[in-house]
Amino acid sequence: MTARAGGGGAGRVGGAGRVGGAGRVGGAGQVGRAALVVGLVAGLVAGLVAGPAGAAPGDSITVYSGRNEALIKPLFDQFTRDTGIAVQVRYGDSGALASQMLTEGGASPADVFVSQDAGALGALTNAKLLAKLPARSRNAVAPEYRAGDGTWVGTSGRVRVLVYNPKLLPDPPTTIDEVVDPRYKGKVGYAPTNASWQSFVTALRVLRGERKAEKWLRAFAANEPKAYASNAAIRDAVDAGQIWMGLVNHYYLWQKIVQVGEASVVARNQFMAPGDPGGLVNVAGVGVLKSSTNKKAAQAFVDYLLSEGGQAYFADRTYEYPLAAGVQPSVRLPSLAKLRAPALDLSDLDSLAATQELLAETGLLTR
Amino acid sequence: MVAPRGPLRRRPPVVLVLGALVAVVVAVLPLVYLVDRAGSLGWSAAVGELAQRRTVALLWRSVVLAGTVTVLASVIGVAAAWLVVRSDVPGRRLWSVLVVLPLAMPSYAAAYAWLSWRPAMAPFPGTVLVLTLVAYPYVYLPVAAALRRLDPAQEEVARSLGQHPARVVVTLTLRQVRPAIASGALLVALYALSDFGAPALFRYEVFTFVIYGAYNAGFDPTRAAVLGLALVFVAALVVVAEAWVRGRPAYARIGSGAPRRQYPVALRGGRPIAVAFLVAVFALGIGFPMWRFLYWTREALDRTVPWGEVAAALGHTLWWSLLAAAATLVLAIPVGVLVARYRSRLTAGLERSTYVAHALPGIVVAIALVYVGVTVLRPVYQEVPLLILAYVVLFLSLAIGTVRTGVEQTPVAQEEVARSLGRRPGQVLARVTLPQAAPALAGGAALVFVTAMKELPATLLLRPTGLDTLATRLWTFTSESNYAAGAPYVVALVCFAAIPAALLSRFVVDAGARLEEHRD
Repeated sequence: MTARAGGGGAGRVGGAGRVGGAGRVGGAGQVGRAALVVGLVAGLVAGLVAGPAGAAPGDSITVYSGRNEALIKPLFDQFTRDTGIAVQVRYGDSGALASQMLTEGGASPADVFVSQDAGALGALTNAKLLAKLPARSRNAVAPEYRAGDGTWVGTSGRVRVLVYNPKLLPDPPTTIDEVVDPRYKGKVGYAPTNASWQSFVTALRVLRGERKAEKWLRAFAANEPKAYASNAAIRDAVDAGQIWMGLVNHYYLWQKIVQVGEASVVARNQFMAPGDPGGLVNVAGVGVLKSSTNKKAAQAFVDYLLSEGGQAYFADRTYEYPLAAGVQPSVRLPSLAKLRAPALDLSDLDSLAATQELLAETGLLTR
Repeated sequence: MVAPRGPLRRRPPVVLVLGALVAVVVAVLPLVYLVDRAGSLGWSAAVGELAQRRTVALLWRSVVLAGTVTVLASVIGVAAAWLVVRSDVPGRRLWSVLVVLPLAMPSYAAAYAWLSWRPAMAPFPGTVLVLTLVAYPYVYLPVAAALRRLDPAQEEVARSLGQHPARVVVTLTLRQVRPAIASGALLVALYALSDFGAPALFRYEVFTFVIYGAYNAGFDPTRAAVLGLALVFVAALVVVAEAWVRGRPAYARIGSGAPRRQYPVALRGGRPIAVAFLVAVFALGIGFPMWRFLYWTREALDRTVPWGEVAAALGHTLWWSLLAAAATLVLAIPVGVLVARYRSRLTAGLERSTYVAHALPGIVVAIALVYVGVTVLRPVYQEVPLLILAYVVLFLSLAIGTVRTGVEQTPVAQEEVARSLGRRPGQVLARVTLPQAAPALAGGAALVFVTAMKELPATLLLRPTGLDTLATRLWTFTSESNYAAGAPYVVALVCFAAIPAALLSRFVVDAGARLEEHRD
């Protein structure tokens, strides 16, 4: 179309004059242009033939990590220092990495998958991509925090709690059914897109069945909860008294307490009654790929995460519950045994898509 | 299009046809994977996935979002182009660079900045605001270039006959640049359909939500493939609609006229409004988000910014984006030249097929290339070449449009002269056509360069293990809501992406016009 303006007519007007012009430009201009083209092509070829990045001569494993680099890299570095095994880490969302491995199938370069939650590990188990771990790894962790078939183990645990403001709410609920009491209309915070919130809803579906789960979600939605972008934002809103309580993981309160001191934090954690779905214990975990070409080093990595040093790292850095080696939480937390979390197979938390459908249907996803 | 005359009507050079075929194969690579994957499910089950109420509702929401963004971005892009090119608004040279800069701002970063300021910002307006402001340069660039090249004769006639200047603009000028508006609007629409970052941050639930959900929450690449195909179908409709708008002749005249010096239209009392408009677009598009990130960067400076990491990430970003720009240009040239010089149903169809993949979210293309990587390109899986291939697939259509327009604008006559002097078609291409269209080629490459710098989802999945770009470093921090630590990466990203963005204005808008003035 634009060619109509430039095509025939313009050519007629200036054609002859331009040939000379082009020739004149030719000399210096074309050398520069040629150099540019050569440079780009050379660069392209160099890029194409460049070998694998940093292929270590010694023992080396590739880890796909769904846990954030800022959180976990020091532990990986420590592993390399202690064992001499180099770790190539590919960071990403746990779910996206799981999809990547499902697509890679048996050709995955990954030796180990470190996941933020059990659901992504469960998806790999279902696709038969994970190898069975040796008894020493399986037995390091209580049965409820590992795969039934021994293909993955939890490395640290987090408990769903109700963070509440004791000044506004001296007597907080202990079950999720009390949370939807009309008394608390507009006073409850939640994080619709947060993975842990969605895991809780999945657990609710697994524990109570679809219909009862939907009933609770509708009651929750009818109570006009306030949506926040993150658990940390809920914690801060509760602490500041903007809302009375929020559904979060236990460690957000401790992050703040450690940062500013217990005296400066108003908010407190309420652990839910035994067996209540609101007290779900979810885990971050680890599995070794069946296709791993270096299973020995991969297993050494798993052993390291489950060792006293690895477990203490999670306790000290994330305020999560250590799950192995007898390590105790670094902050004041009720013991997992005493909490008696609802009984379910964490591998069943892989039906997140159905959870999102349900959340969307009840209007809770994009509030 | 005037039908090419003389020797050019003959068969196109083989090298062009082969190059274009390679380009098309690359562009439809993800489609092949998606169809294969969806087919493995069985077609009735695939239709079942799509026929769910929520899926259909969200597809419709995506269409509404894309439509709204496209209309607003077109209005802003056209208005800005007319002001900068044809009016006497003060500081036209400066504005010609500034109005392109929002292209350097990633949608997720802009959304982040707005939400940090107003966490309760409403989802739909917020998403529309951010997508419109980062995408309107796609309209601005081709429209500004077309306006620069317009023969003012018709406007002069209309005005001499007593038409009001505003009426001339609407009834005449805009009609003449309608193809440019359509080609820009197409890119905006496909971009708005495929973006996930901005709607996700604003929690405005659109179709890309379900697609990302299928990967990230459903762990179900097959379901994602089916959903991706639905988006491809919508994109195909958009591409056909654009061809329809562009294809019908907007006006008729005898001969093509002669572009020549244009005298700016005096805005008179409208000048303050025009300036306010340009200032607002710049301030909202890049000024405000950058101010937020500079503020956080200053906060971060109180602690320690790992400048080594920033520099390493910057190095990878620039190098990989440069490779992507070069590789994309190499494949865009055959398609662009073929469509501009040997236009037929076939070549037009080839070109359009490259646009369809542009509507696919980055993660879909990435997973498709994961599959390609582990099955046929094992040696380069999770190496730079496969990442570059992903960028080519994602951004090929950006470069093709620019190359095509650039070649269309150069006169055919010289190619005919060269042919009549005995040069072979390949020589003509290398010695006449491409050198003449060089600014447009550079423009296409620059457009890909900027866009590749901002790319996140495909980069996360396909980059060499352990290496980072500015975008992936930023993701590391934003995924745990650490604004201050991520800010230096945004600042570096936007500052360096602004350089090719600023050059775009020269390559695409000014250079074409210089060619014309030179000829005058």
